[in-house]
Amino acid sequence: MLRTHHRLLTAATASLLVLGLAACGGTTKDSSSSNGGPAAQGGASADPNAKSKEGLKIAFLPKQLNNPYSDVETAGGKVAVGEVKGEYKLVGPNDASASSQVSYINTLIQQQQDVIVVAANDPNAVCPSLNQARQAGIKVVSFDSDASKECRDAFINQATTQGIGESLVKMANELAGGEGEIAILSATPNATNQNAWIEVMKKELAKPEYSKLKLVKTAYGNDDDQKSFQEAQGLLQSYPNLKVIVSPTTVGIAAASRYVSSSNYKGKVAITGLGLPNQMREYVKDGTVKKFALWNPADIGYLAAYAGAALASGQITGKQGEKFTAGKLGEYTIGADGEIVLGPPTEFTAQNIDQFDF
Amino acid sequence: MTAALATKAKRPVSLSGLVKTRELGIILALAALVVVTAVSNPRFLSGQSVRDILLNTAILAVMAAGQAVVVITRNIDLSVGSVLGLSAFTVATMMSANPGLPMIVAILAALAVGAVAGLVNGVLVRFGRVPALVVTLGTLYMFRGITYSWAGGQQVNADELPRHFLQFANASILGVPWLVLIAVVVVGGVSLIMRNYRVGRELYAIGSSPPAAELAGIRVARNLLGAFIVSGALAGLAGVLFAARFGTVDAAAGNGYELNVVAAVVVGGVAVFGGSGTVWGAGLGALLLTVIGSALAVLDINQFWQQAIVGALILLAICADRLVAVRIARSLRKRDSHV
Amino acid sequence: MSEVRRRLASWDSIIILLTVLVLVTASFGVPNFGTGRNFTFLVLDLLPILLVALPMTFIIVTGEIDLSVASTLGLTSSLMGWFWNNGLSIELIIPLCVLVGAVLGAFNGFLVTGLGLPSLAVTIGTLALYRGLAFVVLGDGAVADFPWNYTGWVTGTIGGGAVPNVLILIVALALIFGVVLHATPFGRSLFAIGANAQAAHFSGIRVARTKFWLYVVSGAVAGLVGVLWTLRYSSARADNGSGLELAVVAAVLLGGVSIFGGRGSLPGVLAGVVLLAALQNALRLQDVSGQALNIVTGALLVLSVLLPNIATSIRASWHRRRLRQAAAH
Repeated sequence: MLRTHHRLLTAATASLLVLGLAACGGTTKDSSSSNGGPAAQGGASADPNAKSKEGLKIAFLPKQLNNPYSDVETAGGKVAVGEVKGEYKLVGPNDASASSQVSYINTLIQQQQDVIVVAANDPNAVCPSLNQARQAGIKVVSFDSDASKECRDAFINQATTQGIGESLVKMANELAGGEGEIAILSATPNATNQNAWIEVMKKELAKPEYSKLKLVKTAYGNDDDQKSFQEAQGLLQSYPNLKVIVSPTTVGIAAASRYVSSSNYKGKVAITGLGLPNQMREYVKDGTVKKFALWNPADIGYLAAYAGAALASGQITGKQGEKFTAGKLGEYTIGADGEIVLGPPTEFTAQNIDQFDF
Repeated sequence: MTAALATKAKRPVSLSGLVKTRELGIILALAALVVVTAVSNPRFLSGQSVRDILLNTAILAVMAAGQAVVVITRNIDLSVGSVLGLSAFTVATMMSANPGLPMIVAILAALAVGAVAGLVNGVLVRFGRVPALVVTLGTLYMFRGITYSWAGGQQVNADELPRHFLQFANASILGVPWLVLIAVVVVGGVSLIMRNYRVGRELYAIGSSPPAAELAGIRVARNLLGAFIVSGALAGLAGVLFAARFGTVDAAAGNGYELNVVAAVVVGGVAVFGGSGTVWGAGLGALLLTVIGSALAVLDINQFWQQAIVGALILLAICADRLVAVRIARSLRKRDSHV
Repeated sequence: MSEVRRRLASWDSIIILLTVLVLVTASFGVPNFGTGRNFTFLVLDLLPILLVALPMTFIIVTGEIDLSVASTLGLTSSLMGWFWNNGLSIELIIPLCVLVGAVLGAFNGFLVTGLGLPSLAVTIGTLALYRGLAFVVLGDGAVADFPWNYTGWVTGTIGGGAVPNVLILIVALALIFGVVLHATPFGRSLFAIGANAQAAHFSGIRVARTKFWLYVVSGAVAGLVGVLWTLRYSSARADNGSGLELAVVAAVLLGGVSIFGGRGSLPGVLAGVVLLAALQNALRLQDVSGQALNIVTGALLVLSVLLPNIATSIRASWHRRRLRQAAAH
C-alpha cells in the first residue's frame, strides 16, 4: 500500500513539475512567436574607416569535420585569419548534426571568441545559441549553409542560390539527353543550402523546356560516405530506368560515382552535381562522370574570415549596401538580408579538370 | 488428458532437433521474403542486386560469427563496433602511407589488431572477474576514444588508398566476390569447429553452466580467452573488409554496429543466456537482416521501417527462445518423474 | 556483510572525493570553467544523463537493466515534433510525451516480468524497436520551431543569474529518488530483490510488480528527458539521445552500483554523473575532443568493478595466509 503511494507520489510530483511549465491556454505552432528569442543588439552604425583590429579570435564551425569540402573551406579561412593577424580555431562535430553544433557554440561562447564562422546543419536549431553568442558580443558569420537570418550578422553564399539550382538542372538535362528520369542524392534533410538549391531545381524542372525530365526521388545521404553509397545503391534498385543522379554535395557525388564506376550501371547512369576536382578526377577519367560543377571552397572560407574581421572591427554591420575589402579577392558589397555572394560556379569536365588542385 | 500427456512425455526431446527447427525457420522466412519481393520487382534477383546484398551481408556475417561464439559462452561483446573502427582506421592509414603493401599484409594487420583487443576483453572478463557487459562497454568507449584521438578529426579518403586495396572489394573469383568468399569461409569454418571439434563442445558447456564446466575439468580460462580473441579478430577482419569496400574511413567507422551484430546473432537463434544456437544460424540472421533492408528499398517501403522491424524480430526471437527453453525444462521434468 | 558495506562506502567516498577534486582543479586550472554561464552549460549537459540515471539505479539495484531509455527519449522527441507539426498545443504535448514514455516503459516491464524474458536481451530489442519507430514517425528531418519561451526556460537561468531553471527539477527529482531508495521500506525491498529475488519473494515482497513499476518510471523519466532535450536544442529529431544509455550505465556503475544488483547508493551515482560531465566540459574548454574523453570514461567504468574485485582477492589471500600460519602453529 505504502509502496504504491510512493510510486504514485513520485509520478504525480514529476507530472506536476512538468505541468508547471505549461502556461494557461494553448501555444501552438501557428500562434507561437518567431524563434530565436530576443535578437541581439542592432542599431550600431558602420564606420568604413575604422581600423582593422588585430588579434581577433576567429573560430570556424563547419557542418562537420571529416568532410574534404569543409577542409578546403576552412583552410582558406585559416589563410585569411593569418593575413588579418588573428587567432584561428577550428571545431566541429563528426556527424552533421545540429545538436552537436549547439554544444560547440556554447563552448566557443565560454572561450570568449570574437567571431564565429558557422555553416548551419539546421537553420533554426542553432538559432538560440547563436543569439546567445551575439548577446555576449560575438559576431556571427554564416557561410556555405545559412542559419536563420535573425541569428547571424552576415551570410557568405558561394554563388547565387538561383544560379546553382539552374546550373544543376542544365547539366542534368544535357546528360539525360533531354528526357528521362532523374533523382537527387542530397545531404541531410534539414541543410539550408541543400533545400534552397533543391527548391530552385524543382521550380526550374516545372518550366516547359524541361518538361520531358522527371524527378522521381530525393534521397538523403546525410553527408556520410557509407550512407550515401547505400542510398545510391537503393536508388538504382528502385528506379531501374534512372538516367541521371544529381548530387549537390561533394560527399554524395563521390560516393555515388564510386558505386556506379564499380557496378554494371557504369555508362548507363550519369552522375553529376557539385564535387571536388581532386575527388572526382578518376571518375571523370574513367568516364563515369562527364560533367560537374563547383567553385573554389577555399575562397568562401577566406571571404568569411574577412567579413568576420570587418564586422568585429566595426567596419560593417551587415546592412545592405555596405562595402568591405577582402584581401586578394577585392571589394565586396553586402546584398539583401546580409548576404554576400562569392561569384558564379565553374563547370568541370575531362578537358579542364587537371587545371585545378582542390 | 493423462493419455495425451503420457504420449507427449514418451517422445524423446532431441535438442538438436529443436535447434534444426530454429535455423529452418529463418531459412523459410528468408525464402518467403525473397519470393514476395522478387514477384513484386524481378530486378531484385538480378546479378547486380544479389551481388550487392551479399557484399553488404559479408561484413555483418563475419562479425556475427565471432559474436555468436562469445554469446554461446554466456557472455557478450559490445566492443565489436569500436574494434572495427580501430582496425579499419589502422589498416587504411597503413595502406595510404605504404601503397606497395600487398593485401594479405593488410588482412593480417587487421586480424592482429582485433585479436589484441579481444585479448584485453578476455583477460578482464576472466581474470578480473568483471562481467562481460561491463568490460565490453568500457572497451567500446576506450577503443573508440583511441581511434578518435589518433584520427584527430581527419579521415582517410578513398583516393588516398592504393588501387589494389580498393579493387579487392570488387574483385571476384569465378564471379563470386572475394568479400563474400571470405565471409562464407569464416562462417563455415567457425561453425564446423563449434560443431565437430572438442573446443566447440567445451564452449557450449561453459555457456550452459559455468560452474559445472569448471567441475568437469574444462579449462574455462583458456576457452574464454579464445572466444574473446576470436570475436575481436573477426571484428578486426570486418574492419579491413569495411575499409576496402567503402574506401573512405574516419574515426566513426563502425559506430553503432554492435547493435546490428547482436541482433543478427539473437535472430539467428543464439540465446543470450548461452549454451545454445549455432554460428551458421547467426550468419543466416545477418543475411536475413540485410535482405530485409534491400527488400524495403526495392518494394519502395519507407526505409525507416527497417530498424523497427529489426527490433521486433529480436523480441520475437527472444520469446521463441524462451518458449523452447520452457518446453525443454517442462519435458525434462516430466521425463525425470517417470524414472 | 559489514565488510561489503564498508567496501561500497569506500568506493562511494572515492568517487565523491574525485568529483570534488576535479571540480576544484578545473575551476582554478581551466580558464572560463568556473563562470556562471559555464555552470549553466554544465548543468544542461548533465541533465539528461542525471535524470535517466535515477530510475536506472533502481533497476540495476534489482539486478535488471534497461538499455532502451535512449530510444524512448528519441521516440518521445519524434512524437513531440510530429504532434507540434500537427497543431497540438505545447501544453498538451509535454504531459502526453511523458505518458507515452510511461507506456513504452510498461511494455518493457511486461516483457520482463510478465513473460519472464531476460532484461538485457529484451531492452536491446526495444532499443532497436523504439528507435526504429522514432524514425518512422519523423524520418530524417527535424522540427525546430518550438516556442522560444519554452526553449528559453530550459536553457535559461533564474532571474538571469547563475542558477539554471532546470536545476530545480534536477534537485527535486534527485531528492525524491534518493529518499525513496535509502529511507523507505520500498527502497530496501529493491536491495533485497537484487540480493536474492527468490528470498525476497518468499519474504512477501511483490517482486514482479515492483520491477514492472520500475520500468514504467524509467520510461516516464526518459519521456520527460526527451521533452527537455528537444526544448534545450530546439530540435526534435529521431536520433536524439543516441548512445545515451551507455553513458548512463557507465555513470551508474562508476557511482558504485553493482551490476549484479543488491548494492549501490544514489549519492555515488550523482557523483559519477557530475564527474564525467565536469571532465568532459573542462576538457572541451581546453579544446580536447570530447571523443578522446571516451578513453577515460571506459577506463573508469572497468576500474569501478575491477578494483573492488582485486581488493577482495588480495584480502582473501591474506586471510588464507593468516589461516595457514595459524594452523601451522
